[in-house]
Amino acid sequence: MAHRHEVIVVGAGGAGLATALYAAREGADVAVVTKLYPTRSHTGAAQGGIGAALGNVEEDHWEWHMFDTVKGGDYLTDQDAAEVFAKEVIEAVIELEHMGLPFDRLPNGKIAQRRFGGHTKDWGKAPVHRAAHAADRTGHMILQTLYQQCVKHNITFYNEFHVTDVIIEDGVAKGLVALELATGELHLFQAKAIVIASGGFGRIYKVTSNAYTLTGDLQAILYRKGLPLEDMEFYQFHPTGLYPLGILLTEGARGEGGILRNALGERFMERYAPTIKDLAPRDLVSRAMYLEVREGRGCGPKKDHVLLDLTHLPPEVIEKKLPDITEFSRIYLGVDPLKEPVPVMPTAHYAMGGIPTTLWGQVIKDEKNTVVPGLYAAGEAACVSLHGANRLGTNSLGDLVVFGRRAGIHAARFAKDADYHELTEEHLGPSRERIERIKNSTGKEKVAVLRAELQQSMMDNASVFRTGELLQKQVEILKELMDRYKRISIDDKGDAYNTELVEALELGYLLEVSEALVHSALNRTESRGAHAREDYPERDDENWLKHTLAYKVEDGKVAFRYKPVVLGRFEPKPRTY
Amino acid sequence: MQVTLKILRFDPAKDKKPHWETYQVEAEPWDRVLDLLHKVKWYQDGSLAFRRSCGHGICGSDAMLINGRNRLACKTLVKDLGSVITVEPIRGLPVEKDLIVDMEPFFAAYRAVKPYLINDEPPPQRERLQSPEERARFDQGTKCILCASCTTSCPVFWVNGTYIGPAAIVQAHRFIFDSRDRGKRERFKALASGSGVWRCRTAYNCTEACPREIPVTQLIEEVKREILFDHF
Repeated sequence: MAHRHEVIVVGAGGAGLATALYAAREGADVAVVTKLYPTRSHTGAAQGGIGAALGNVEEDHWEWHMFDTVKGGDYLTDQDAAEVFAKEVIEAVIELEHMGLPFDRLPNGKIAQRRFGGHTKDWGKAPVHRAAHAADRTGHMILQTLYQQCVKHNITFYNEFHVTDVIIEDGVAKGLVALELATGELHLFQAKAIVIASGGFGRIYKVTSNAYTLTGDLQAILYRKGLPLEDMEFYQFHPTGLYPLGILLTEGARGEGGILRNALGERFMERYAPTIKDLAPRDLVSRAMYLEVREGRGCGPKKDHVLLDLTHLPPEVIEKKLPDITEFSRIYLGVDPLKEPVPVMPTAHYAMGGIPTTLWGQVIKDEKNTVVPGLYAAGEAACVSLHGANRLGTNSLGDLVVFGRRAGIHAARFAKDADYHELTEEHLGPSRERIERIKNSTGKEKVAVLRAELQQSMMDNASVFRTGELLQKQVEILKELMDRYKRISIDDKGDAYNTELVEALELGYLLEVSEALVHSALNRTESRGAHAREDYPERDDENWLKHTLAYKVEDGKVAFRYKPVVLGRFEPKPRTY
Repeated sequence: MQVTLKILRFDPAKDKKPHWETYQVEAEPWDRVLDLLHKVKWYQDGSLAFRRSCGHGICGSDAMLINGRNRLACKTLVKDLGSVITVEPIRGLPVEKDLIVDMEPFFAAYRAVKPYLINDEPPPQRERLQSPEERARFDQGTKCILCASCTTSCPVFWVNGTYIGPAAIVQAHRFIFDSRDRGKRERFKALASGSGVWRCRTAYNCTEACPREIPVTQLIEEVKREILFDHF
């Protein structure tokens, strides 16, 4: 079946819905193609808040927010992106409120704000109340509110459609191919502008806060086509994953006063970040937790985790402001945070890297910022680069509204003056071939087995701490896994709701993004933000104050180019907290 | 421990009607039912179809009838069920394949109550003000994840699929009692109609089924009262 819309958005999380909404407001005919029902998207799992210098609780300025973002990103953040962001996120939060988002309120009726990691006043002097929140389900409320607005604006949704191809010819984006889960049919989508907002790929790791469905599909599809992925070596581990599942426990818990403790009961963050302690940025806290465990101060019989202590907080603060994470701890561990500290360990959480874009979401294909006409990206799938080498808590929710809006507006305006491109049934060919190959294969390899090996090896060799030796080992493992992937077979040969086929396709994407990540990490011989090389422990601004662009040459072979970091207001300085 | 997992299966390409399949699965007491379903799908029979995404009770994908009660597979632990576990699709919506049902009727009911803030007054420069008490008035409904556990546990909905169901009423409640909303009467069109709130027989199943612990029945009663005292 064939469809035609001026602007087609891939993904219905916060970024996709914001993009669709603002494109529709510009008057474009908009459709959203999503592999889930929109309200299932993982924006809904974001908890703590959306940071904006509203100044509702105490003095705050967008310049402070910009500075924190740049410093938090270990100076790899593009400062033009950070400036646009810190200014526009204020307006974005107000607009969300006008759309009906039920933020928590202060006694004077204004939006309530809480502290969060790395967000400070007066250029790093002390934590600041900047995160606007709705209990510990802020992401849920953003997702619901944006979806409600899309319902109001009658936006077309193709739910449970898996994109299998992005058609790019003569350097121009022309359309999409997608597999309809219900029927197994391939659909052709013609568009003047396509916006990729399909989220991240935490499922490359064994322990992750990410949904099962976050498998980097669109990053991998573009990467296979020869488009670059930017800064893939920078992958964030959130410090407080519920041990051992990796379910997210918001940083807001520490924002409300929670403390991390080791087996000796010590507040160990005092040693690593004397000024802001437990509210240091995530890369620092995750490394500190790994070091505590490595040095024998881990908790539990295996001494392999630390504790998040909330027991000193007033019970009403926990019940009212952190109800969901309290429930997670009770249900999945049987631990009541009111009475005893909660076992936690870092969990794979967020890709700073992704599809490189301009400040308006236009996808670029080289270090000269050459745009691919008609192709856009926003949210975690994109790399604008706001987050640099390490994202600050809350900035992902701000990112998806600010840059989703920009991508939506630009895509709609671009579509007004653009024509549709001719597409034919032949464009379905490569997708059909790939699907038939998997369905007809009699190979002996199993998706679940390969995926488990991938996730364990990525955890062992390419997570919080890295060395050249381990990364090289992982390069070889990935080559082998990619080879074995060619011999996978599946049980389900049917058409309707073939979720086994979907998982097989997704494993292929996971392998591609892992390849880009590991090769980029091996290539970058310095430590910066979330990329910690034990064999190169220092930040090296002389050689590495630049963005990586990774291009796939063939399986196991990646070429690199580099894009300068946009500097400006803030000169790179040593990063202490 | 060894768990006997009985799953009601249906493949529209092969089966005339659903049938039970039994699987033996090695499990830990703290495993989620979702983990068991994955063990079957990944290592025994890849054709088993079910929806899931977040895996921790936030996205609302995996509502199922587990040991006779509507629950989320990712929020229900083996230790609370014992060694024999039955899993069926939620009731009242057409089964598409195995545990997957057609969600469209459910979302059509959701759309019918106009689930978005209605207020045409020009907004202020900054946020609209709302006191913590006003905010608390509609807090319960904001927790809803649209998993359909409530609606598909409702005996009225099983018999009469045109009833908009508890979830849509919870969504309506979330806006009717929001001090910023002006769209109450527009929503009453769907809510006070023959397929609206008056169909509710207070069976209380919805409240017991809600994985977010929303007092659904109470919210339905509040909407009924609002219609009675405001509209007529």
